[in-house]
Amino acid sequence: MARVLFENVTKEFGSVKAVNDVSLEIQDGELLCLLGPSGCGKTTTLRLIAGLETATSGRIHIGDTDVTRFSPKDRDVGMVFQDYALYPHMNLADNIAYPLKVRKVREAARMERAKEVADHLRIGHLMERLPGQISGGQQQRTSVARAVVHEPRVFLFDEPLSNLDAKLRLESRGFIKHLQQEMGVTAVYVTHDQAEAMALADRIAVMQDGVIVQIGSPLEIYRNPQTSFVANFLGSPPMNLFDAEVRNGSFVGSSFELDAKGVKEHSALNDGDSVTLGIRPEHVRVSPKPMKNSIASELYAFEALGPESILSFRIDEQLLVARAFGDDPPEIEMGQTAYLSFEPRHLHLFNEHGSRVNAD
Amino acid sequence: MDDLTKRGNHILSVRAGVALLVPAFVFIGLFLFFPFIWVFLISFTNRTLLGAAAQDPEFVGLGNYLRLFDFSRWMRSGEFGHSLYLTVIFVIGSLIGQVTLGLAIAFAFNRRRGKLREIIYTLVTLAWILPETAIGFTWTAFLDGRRGTLNAILGAFGIEGVEWLLEFPLLSITVFNIWRGTAFSMLLFSAALGNIRPSYLETADVAGAGPWQRFRDIMFPLISPQFVTALVLVTLWTFNVFTPFLLTGGGPAFGSDIIAIHTYRVAFQFFEFGRGSAIAVIVMTINLILAASYLFGLKRKEVAT
Ligand SMILES: Nc1ncnc2c1ncn2[C@@H]1O[C@H](COP(=O)(O)OP(=O)(O)O)[C@@H](O)[C@H]1O
Ligand SMILES: [Mg+2]
Repeated sequence: MARVLFENVTKEFGSVKAVNDVSLEIQDGELLCLLGPSGCGKTTTLRLIAGLETATSGRIHIGDTDVTRFSPKDRDVGMVFQDYALYPHMNLADNIAYPLKVRKVREAARMERAKEVADHLRIGHLMERLPGQISGGQQQRTSVARAVVHEPRVFLFDEPLSNLDAKLRLESRGFIKHLQQEMGVTAVYVTHDQAEAMALADRIAVMQDGVIVQIGSPLEIYRNPQTSFVANFLGSPPMNLFDAEVRNGSFVGSSFELDAKGVKEHSALNDGDSVTLGIRPEHVRVSPKPMKNSIASELYAFEALGPESILSFRIDEQLLVARAFGDDPPEIEMGQTAYLSFEPRHLHLFNEHGSRVNAD
Repeated sequence: MDDLTKRGNHILSVRAGVALLVPAFVFIGLFLFFPFIWVFLISFTNRTLLGAAAQDPEFVGLGNYLRLFDFSRWMRSGEFGHSLYLTVIFVIGSLIGQVTLGLAIAFAFNRRRGKLREIIYTLVTLAWILPETAIGFTWTAFLDGRRGTLNAILGAFGIEGVEWLLEFPLLSITVFNIWRGTAFSMLLFSAALGNIRPSYLETADVAGAGPWQRFRDIMFPLISPQFVTALVLVTLWTFNVFTPFLLTGGGPAFGSDIIAIHTYRVAFQFFEFGRGSAIAVIVMTINLILAASYLFGLKRKEVAT
């Protein structure tokens, strides 16, 4: 058990800065998700912790030790790779016990421990099989079993569920969370799937172009995204974002005008400023009757998902997505005009650089 | 099978297919099978190139074979048994040398790029593909006692040279053959090691394995099919190699009389076609056994994985 500390860590591959001046503290026993689109530097960050990459500059600590120059074998971490990396020539027992073997644990003792972990992950009955003879979900568990068998100080997961089908993914993410809490081990979990990150993480670090743009609890990030990128990355469907200009106490878009009254952040803006308005789909109110301070638009698509419905409206070249809960969606026909409105407190404002505008 | 063949819509009829194969079979028969039968038949005669036995060879039954396996004399210099004995040493020496060296180079430069790798790979591969006469001449010059390059180098360190080809003929041709053939093992292992998924090795690193454990537990088992291939093919090739003839001519005093040279001598220097054919038949049998064990090994590997 240990915290992990990054101090101004940069990793360059030639001219590419895969990780750019990242400082980060992962608490002891915490599960931190690194979330971001493909190529933003998540895997590189994870590999820096494992020692599979060496930082170009900056320092990395695990526990109280500066491990910046340590090789992987001296870092005492367990890692689950995206492709599981199970050895095809070893049966499950040998695969799981391998970290114990290299630590020169006696055969009997390591087999006993491997069996114990495998039983816990419900693969104990497969110990004699080769990796090619078990299902994807079982391979994934085997890989996890091997990563935890020697009780490392830190667990590292690199998109461990991305090769599973949707149903197994839900199941597996539950068991990873359970295992991590049960063992009380610090864990870093890389994913590009925001739902996975929301479900698993104690805290999420959102990455973009090698930089951590925001870090916080899932709800904190969901409620107060600090940039329009974060706002758009979390949530499914994502937050609606529309460009507008501040003019005489209103937000004027290409085909709408909204009164800024009641929007606290408005005080921090001047006339003529460009802003991006953000509104989460669940905060969009849809009414068939004309409403004050609303946007009129025709229904473009309707998806009934059971517990909720997704309604899309067309505003110029963009879609504005609304989400209605319950099995009693607003009664609007395709092509019919609806009036979309929202409470001022639900509106997110971002300036022209994409940063959140806060009230003065 | 794709949809076309499943529905029986072959592009060619079976008959047309067979017709197209016939020329190939005729040529294979003519150039491979027929000579084999011919050699086999000759091996039961006393046929020679010149003299009465050339015109009208006599059937001698197993005479040639009994002569080869005449244990009262077969280990004497220049005899069949002695040649086999030299060949075994030559093959084992070459095999160990080529496979170890090839593996060592491939391992040392695994997942590394750079000038040094380029240079070494080019040199080793050149040794493999240069024409035999050119390298035969070069090596004779290299090992020459009085003006050879090797002795000149040794001389620079104050070590007195020797007549390598005369005093250590078998060692000389073995070293030569290792030099000549290492490229095959090197390229084979190099490709095999390059095909190992990086995550396998990284998992081992994270698990705490050192370089030796990583090699023993992960890399070697994963390249073991190529290892078996190298063992068998190098044995097969080395067993049949004739190039050392260019260095030593099989001598001195039959000191490097490996089996290919021996066969050549008996058949084309002494012109005893009958006995030469008997040797060829035995050599072919050994080759067949080696090849069969290789194919059998491959089958078993396929079944296992
Ligand atoms: N070994 C490498 N050599 C060169 N560039 C790399 C290497 N590994 C990663 N990169 C680059 O670094 C950036 C971040 O990669 P990565 O950490 O794998 O992103 P992610 O896991 O978020 O998809 C990418 O632009 C990628 O091309
Ligand atoms: Mg990645």
